[in-house]
Amino acid sequence: MSNPAGDGPRGAVPAPDPDRNGRDRADRDGGDWLGDVAERAGPPAGTRPAKGRGADPQTQGPVGTTIAEGAAEGGASGDVLLSARGLEVHFPIRHGIIIERTIGQVRAVDGVDLDLPRGGTYGLVGESGCGKSTLGRALLRLVEPTAGTVTIDGVDILALKGEALRRQRRQMQMVFQDPMSSLDPRQNVESILAEPLKTHNIVRGSAARLARVRELLEIVGLPGSSVSRYPHEFSGGQRQRIGIARAIALEPDLIVADEPVSALDVSIQAQIVNLLEELQQRLGLTYLVIAHDLAVVRHISDVVGVMYLGVIVEQTSSHHLYAEPLHPYTRALMSAVPIPDPDVEDTRQRILLSGDLPSPANPPSGCRFRTRCPWVQETRCADEVPVLREVRPDHVVACHWTEQIAAGQIRPRAEAVVG
Amino acid sequence: MGIAVALLEVSDLAVTFTRRGRRDVKAVDGVSFAVDAGETLGLVGESGSGKSVTSLAIMGLLPPKGVRIGGSVEFTGRSLLRMRQDDLRDVRGREIAMIFQDPLSALNPVVPIGTQVTEVLVRHRKLSGSDARREAARLLDLVGIPDPDRRLKEYAYQLSGGMRQRALIAMAVACQPKLLIADEPTTALDVTIQAQILELLKGLVREQGTALMLITHDLGVVAGLCDRVNVMYSGRIVEQADRRTLFVSPRHPYTTGLLGSIPRLDSMEGSPLRPIPGSPTDTLPWSSACAFAPRCQRKLEVCTTVTPELEPDGPRWLRCHNPVPAEEAAAVGAEGRRE
Repeated sequence: MSNPAGDGPRGAVPAPDPDRNGRDRADRDGGDWLGDVAERAGPPAGTRPAKGRGADPQTQGPVGTTIAEGAAEGGASGDVLLSARGLEVHFPIRHGIIIERTIGQVRAVDGVDLDLPRGGTYGLVGESGCGKSTLGRALLRLVEPTAGTVTIDGVDILALKGEALRRQRRQMQMVFQDPMSSLDPRQNVESILAEPLKTHNIVRGSAARLARVRELLEIVGLPGSSVSRYPHEFSGGQRQRIGIARAIALEPDLIVADEPVSALDVSIQAQIVNLLEELQQRLGLTYLVIAHDLAVVRHISDVVGVMYLGVIVEQTSSHHLYAEPLHPYTRALMSAVPIPDPDVEDTRQRILLSGDLPSPANPPSGCRFRTRCPWVQETRCADEVPVLREVRPDHVVACHWTEQIAAGQIRPRAEAVVG
Repeated sequence: MGIAVALLEVSDLAVTFTRRGRRDVKAVDGVSFAVDAGETLGLVGESGSGKSVTSLAIMGLLPPKGVRIGGSVEFTGRSLLRMRQDDLRDVRGREIAMIFQDPLSALNPVVPIGTQVTEVLVRHRKLSGSDARREAARLLDLVGIPDPDRRLKEYAYQLSGGMRQRALIAMAVACQPKLLIADEPTTALDVTIQAQILELLKGLVREQGTALMLITHDLGVVAGLCDRVNVMYSGRIVEQADRRTLFVSPRHPYTTGLLGSIPRLDSMEGSPLRPIPGSPTDTLPWSSACAFAPRCQRKLEVCTTVTPELEPDGPRWLRCHNPVPAEEAAAVGAEGRRE
């Protein structure tokens, strides 16, 4: 695939070219209707001109480099669709009945830099409570971030309001975990799938809308006769297909899929994973896939970020991450995943983490993982917050001791290793 | 193994749910298997395969109305299905214990953890109050709950998911049961916590000689833990083998299909997933066909007209008219393995 950024110097995130961008949008939007709206509304409120490299230092961090290039290797085109910098989502903890006071903050997402390669898949893994779902929702502004920036195609979406935000939402859709609770049980399939078309006034006329609904159903592999049926009449896998059809109805650029297969039967999961991959090929979608199943994430992702307690602790291409996990948390996660092969299971070593995830309202000082880390070292881990740094080419890790651990100079506590 | 009589012998177990005005639903349809003392047996299947209903029937936990149970369940020579409720209550908890998938709904939310653990000890082991409390603290410590004396006073909501499951396991092993039935014990837990719990179960089985019947949909968990495996589909066992035979050369098309459709952490990069088409609800009735036939890649004419029987096939039992040939089976087992 062509990679405009590939030969650029390291450290340069390919800045979205304003002209190309503009053209892309016009092409994509196609029909006259949006042209009208755009003319009437002028440039969307809060839209900044696409950022040049020098214009915004925030788009340039080392992480950005990694991702853009890692993705290029992974086969996606080299540029970045969505970019988040210093993203924080804090939820206040309130106390008191009449006079509510804020007595603390749950730091669900606490300073995340993220770049989604255009046309690629970013896999976000972590345990429950690590903030991965909140991060996904914050990127779509389904929860309001407390701090940081999110740009999609150079548009600062956190500055958008009203009609401009509504229009932007066309480009960013979501697939939810549980298709039973994310589909209205009293709406039939036609109504579910026609609703976004109506809301955004994309297809005019009910006959044309019905045709589009049938087309969407066909794309996700459901019979056209499903239109008049209700969600409860479908199996779990079919319901998830309806959820996916709804997400692609507006021809978005970005789909955030939050645990898209974990509620499904084992034999069905592969169908949905294959469907998501096929749609990506066909429609040029960019995915953020949030999942706790490392094997699924490995299969579907170009780039993977590992999250722990509100921060990303390791990020690299899927290939590098699974070939050589470097962060102690990633190592423990990988070793914990059961593999359906008795020979492998009998011989592999497992790294057992002690205890549970600490409270995100009161994260440990220094490295957040230190309370459970089998490789933890005196004082530095508690005193100094590790930053994400490039330890291998295109491979960033937030651990003080990555090199020493990889070289075997620091060994895990003996009781943490079993098998 | 080595002993003549199995610890638990399930023969031709059938569970039918009946509702007036509705068609009967056969959730379990002639299931037979045995669990030997100290053995770990896996029951694998997707939702609706009847694996949980099988365990509830064994424990006598199905509702008395609207359910027809056939066949027999013998535990150390006694019939559990015919036992009086009082006697059954003595067996349950003391000789057979169960762990459920969701520890939050299995624990009583308004009673402290300690009271729930000591309840078992007072009821079955006839311990006095203070002895029971001491023993409860020891049990919590045994299952790896730090600071057990404090935890005993806490309520379920104050514990994390992993802790709750540990507390349930503490209750289950309180009387050193001969058989522990674990129904998806780690499905609701994170993978690092799952590893802790599986390690704990492994240790308990090894040290206390408890037999374990593990019900799960996760073939990875089975591969690491079980001596023998039953694969269930639509209420019947379709393949039964020791784990090595099953994973190295699976022969039922459903088993090979399952193994081919799950991504593996150690598979070669870019290896495609081959899903089983259709959904678990697309079945034919076992009474006149193979229930898996509508989704089966190897379907023959006979599969839609004749019921396949569970028959011995070398080291395994197999219910299939057209099983995957042995050579191909070995290829499926080897495929996707580490280079």
